Amino acid sequence: MQLEVGITGKSFASASGKRHDVLANITFTLNAGEVGVLFGPSGCGKSTLLKILAGLDQNYQGHVARPANVRLGMVFQEPRLLPWRSVEENVRLAAPDVGDAGLAALFEVLELSAHRHHFPGELSLGLARRVALARAFAIEPDVLILDEPLASLDNALAGRLRDQIATLVASRKMMTLLVTHDLDDAVRLGDRLFFLSARPARILHVETIAAPRAERNEQEITAIKARLSQLDLANM
Amino acid sequence: MLRLVSFALFIATWWIASLLIGDAKLPAPPIVLSAMITEAKSGALFLNLGATLARVALAFTLAMALGSAIGYLMGRSGLANRLGDPWLILLLNLPALVVIVLAYIWAGLTEVAAIAAIAINKLPTAVVTLREGARALDPALDEMATAFAFPPGRTFRHVILPQLAPYIAAAARSGLSLVWKIVLVAELLGRPNGVGFEIGVAFQLFDIPLLLAYSLSFAAVVLVIETLLVQPFETRLSRWRLRAA
Repeated sequence: MQLEVGITGKSFASASGKRHDVLANITFTLNAGEVGVLFGPSGCGKSTLLKILAGLDQNYQGHVARPANVRLGMVFQEPRLLPWRSVEENVRLAAPDVGDAGLAALFEVLELSAHRHHFPGELSLGLARRVALARAFAIEPDVLILDEPLASLDNALAGRLRDQIATLVASRKMMTLLVTHDLDDAVRLGDRLFFLSARPARILHVETIAAPRAERNEQEITAIKARLSQLDLANM
Repeated sequence: MLRLVSFALFIATWWIASLLIGDAKLPAPPIVLSAMITEAKSGALFLNLGATLARVALAFTLAMALGSAIGYLMGRSGLANRLGDPWLILLLNLPALVVIVLAYIWAGLTEVAAIAAIAINKLPTAVVTLREGARALDPALDEMATAFAFPPGRTFRHVILPQLAPYIAAAARSGLSLVWKIVLVAELLGRPNGVGFEIGVAFQLFDIPLLLAYSLSFAAVVLVIETLLVQPFETRLSRWRLRAA
């Protein structure tokens, strides 16, 4: 199973009628079991790219080939929970086939067990993010898309949530795409890192990390980060 | 408790006013009560209240169902909105009396004409409210439902309907009060029973105790329905909102 992306351009007209190019050439493939990380400056069009990959936006040039009948799990930048349904209902509505045991295990990993019957309005952002993650994992996706799942959380919480994501991603063979602008998250969670330029976004550099995610130690991570931060991305 | 005090205050004001004005124009509470009891004993009171309530229920349901569907369509589709808008403005500003009279002329003095006329009066306000509701639907939640491949029924029930619920409640609330007001006029003009008809008779005979007996019984029924049905429904709809501490 493979995700093939060959986007040649994406633009939209602003309210004043001006044409804005958001994406230029974006070509890559992603295999099952791989975690691809889209890394780039804020506003470079990462979320637009994710929308195209998720099939929410058909209006672009090029092609995206997803295997047929693929199950998609998505975590948006904002949690996008249904405020009028409880935590458990939010997950079950997206994943009607999830078993009680599977759901309990998922809530256990994400530390949500105590919040099953709460409404999203009663949760902090960190908790709401985890519910969104639970929803995406509960459907047992073939393709998992995570749009900055760790943004605007404090370091300790982000670190814990990152470990939880790593655990869940490792538990299933799927194609994962993660958007982040934190190099540390990218190196710890990703197998292949796609460095994007500013708008209109194109791929500047692809970094493949050979060591399996679970076996990378702090030393290696620091070394990779150091090497990557020396890339002169601005002039590529 | 406070409601009881407020009710007692109403009766007291009425009684004092009737003493000042005289029984001929404003009969005292006991006189009206005895007229009410006479009507109740003969069964006429319940028959007329029942006829009026049945008309209210039918016209209200019809107008809410049609109005919500049309309003939702107009909020979601620009074409439907452009097509429907002139009709909407016409209906919104058409006096109730015109609709009722024309309905009786065209459809005869029938039950269908009465209910249709009441429903047509309420319809445009439901359309306008629901159109606003459909325009305010959150596209982010639509995207979520699409990404997770929600089937249409599930999207409607769990994503769209809860967002429309406050608008439906508002339309129901304002629509119900409109229907309460119009139903009596429709009955006065062309039905042989109902609270409106009885009030018309009482007016012609200048029977003020009878007039007040029917008006107050009607008001009591409205109050009971509002407190026992409409208000609990609204509370239930908003139970997921955080209560103010």
